Amino acid sequence: MIDSNNSSASANAAASISANRRQQALEVSIAGDWVLEAPVPPLEPVLAQIDSASQLKRLEFSMAGLGRWDSMLVTELVKLLDCANRCGIAVDKTTLPLPIQNLLALAAAVPERIDAHRQQQSVSWHEAMHAAWVGALRESRAMLVFVGEMALSTLATVRGQAHFRREDLWLYVQECGPSALPIVTLISLLVGLILAFVGAVQLSLFGAQIYIANLVSLGMTREMGGLMTAIIMSGRTGAAYAAQLGTMHVNSEIDALRTMNLDPMAFLVLPRMLALILIMPLLCLYADLMGIIGGGLVTVNFFDVSLTEYLDRTASAVKMKDFTIGFVKCAVFGILIALSGCMRGMQCGRSASAVGEAGTSAVVTAIVFIVVADSVMTVICNRLGI
Amino acid sequence: MAEACITVKDLTMTYGDFVIQRDLNFTINRGDVFVVMGGNGCGKTTLLRHMIGLKAPAQGDVYYGDQGLWQSDPKTRERILSRTGVLFQSGALLSSMTLAENVALPITEATELPAKKVREIVSYKLALVGLAGFEDYYPSELSGGMQKRAGLARAMAMDPEILFFDEPSAGLDPITAKLLDDLILSLSNALSATIVVVTHDLDSIFAIGNNSVFLDAETHTMIAGGPPRQLLEQSADPSIVRFLTRGEQDGRHGAKHLIGSDR
Ligand SMILES: Nc1ncnc2c1ncn2[C@@H]1O[C@H](COP(=O)(O)OP(=O)(O)OP(=O)(O)O)[C@@H](O)[C@H]1O
Ligand SMILES: [Mg+2]
Repeated sequence: MIDSNNSSASANAAASISANRRQQALEVSIAGDWVLEAPVPPLEPVLAQIDSASQLKRLEFSMAGLGRWDSMLVTELVKLLDCANRCGIAVDKTTLPLPIQNLLALAAAVPERIDAHRQQQSVSWHEAMHAAWVGALRESRAMLVFVGEMALSTLATVRGQAHFRREDLWLYVQECGPSALPIVTLISLLVGLILAFVGAVQLSLFGAQIYIANLVSLGMTREMGGLMTAIIMSGRTGAAYAAQLGTMHVNSEIDALRTMNLDPMAFLVLPRMLALILIMPLLCLYADLMGIIGGGLVTVNFFDVSLTEYLDRTASAVKMKDFTIGFVKCAVFGILIALSGCMRGMQCGRSASAVGEAGTSAVVTAIVFIVVADSVMTVICNRLGI
Repeated sequence: MAEACITVKDLTMTYGDFVIQRDLNFTINRGDVFVVMGGNGCGKTTLLRHMIGLKAPAQGDVYYGDQGLWQSDPKTRERILSRTGVLFQSGALLSSMTLAENVALPITEATELPAKKVREIVSYKLALVGLAGFEDYYPSELSGGMQKRAGLARAMAMDPEILFFDEPSAGLDPITAKLLDDLILSLSNALSATIVVVTHDLDSIFAIGNNSVFLDAETHTMIAGGPPRQLLEQSADPSIVRFLTRGEQDGRHGAKHLIGSDR
């Protein structure tokens, strides 16, 4: 703590404050140590005295017994002065130590901005409901606007009117493709394994273990391969996109791009989106393959089916159209993941926690979209009989 | 009176193999307003980071009193550094907290004052930097200069003995910059706080600085030290004179006649 110059006078004296009326003046005596880490007496009695006193003209100070002091004392003095001001009482500051006078003058140098103050109102539940409804409306509107802007800048890029960096595209392809392989390998191998075990429990009851191959290969190619890849990528890449764009927004980098006449959509969002759309189907095929291998490991090792039988069964069960369905689904998921990641990033607020929220809501939005889209597509395929 | 507060001994600073500054030696006395000068990129911020324990030196040490900051164990270092307050070049306010919460952070960390009292102290600190009334604003809702001042209020929150300011007046309007100089002077004169300021503002340098060090980017070391006015009067080194006269003098003729017109 900062010691005042006369600190040696008293070591660790308890703080005290008292007020004496002398005709038209009130003399406030302050003594002892007024520091942040020691307790200080309440100011209210003195404030009450100032408020209630009649015919009070002047406030004086006697600081003879003052020991160490810091912001604590100045804060209390500010309160005293405010109170005296409100009551229209003149204050004689000359007896205050010079440094305190300086600090008080500085604190009063810039008047308080009254219009800056903010009120916190409490909200009733139906106001909260209304706010939530309005929020949801605004949200869906923002989503539509984003998709619209996206479409426009895609068009502009196709026409060659917008700046699009090829190098960036390859960078993002690198980032979301090859570097995602390890985790995709692990997860889809395990999913294939699990599918095989789950199916085997029932199928081996009537000696139909060979159909595990059908179950695994169809399950992986039509559904699980794409779904698992999508969920991995929304956590891995969607969140990363949101955080990257969000941080750029916090640092005003996106504003800077706008002033340089570069469309942030074409410059930042489009390459990311394109990279994900290109890579997702490939990852999906890879995941299908890994799943089938995982299923094979289980079937061959535990259920008395030979490797050739397994492969034979798989080849006859899976048609080209099954791969195509998975492929198309995954491309759609890619669009959805990139969309939600980039959208949350571009909508990000201007603080560190806003970046975190953008990441979280990117993943949540992506997963909701993925699951809904998957259900819809599955129903459609079912109806069309493919 | 001249009691050493911070002593920098043989300090060499590097990023990897890249030497920023070598063999820095200077002493900052208690109650000084110490100015660190030098062109952009010469390592002023880096020097500050070494002094406040954010970056370990390649060689040498920073002594607080007689305790070497980097030789001490982490506990001691923490205790030494608890007496300091820092204003970063970019403000470095926590963006997810309001100004009041930002300034209250060091206070609630170190003391157990009731919330109302903390709030009052925070208001006073914000008033000192001219931000009274902005308690409930988030940093992103303020202008750059206001963020800087709020950072200053946070640095001063616990009335630290030693204050480090990295370019406090950059981005402030001239009147606010003058008020800031006044604030620095009252903190140092009256409360015997030691203040280390990195600044390029020549007016401030001459108005508040009573000791200084000049870092040179080309030779990677300090080429002068002492009271800024004395440097301007006596130094014959062209790069110092050019710096202190905004490049109007090249140093061969000295710069004595400029002193009279300055403030
Ligand atoms: N994290 C880092 N890694 C590598 N080099 C760095 C790093 N930070 C700074 N530098 C280099 O160190 C040198 C000094 O940087 P520093 O930020 O200390 O400059 P400065 O004197 O504060 O400049 P300014 O006046 O612009 O604030 C610069 O050349 C910079 O390139
Ligand atoms: Mg710097």
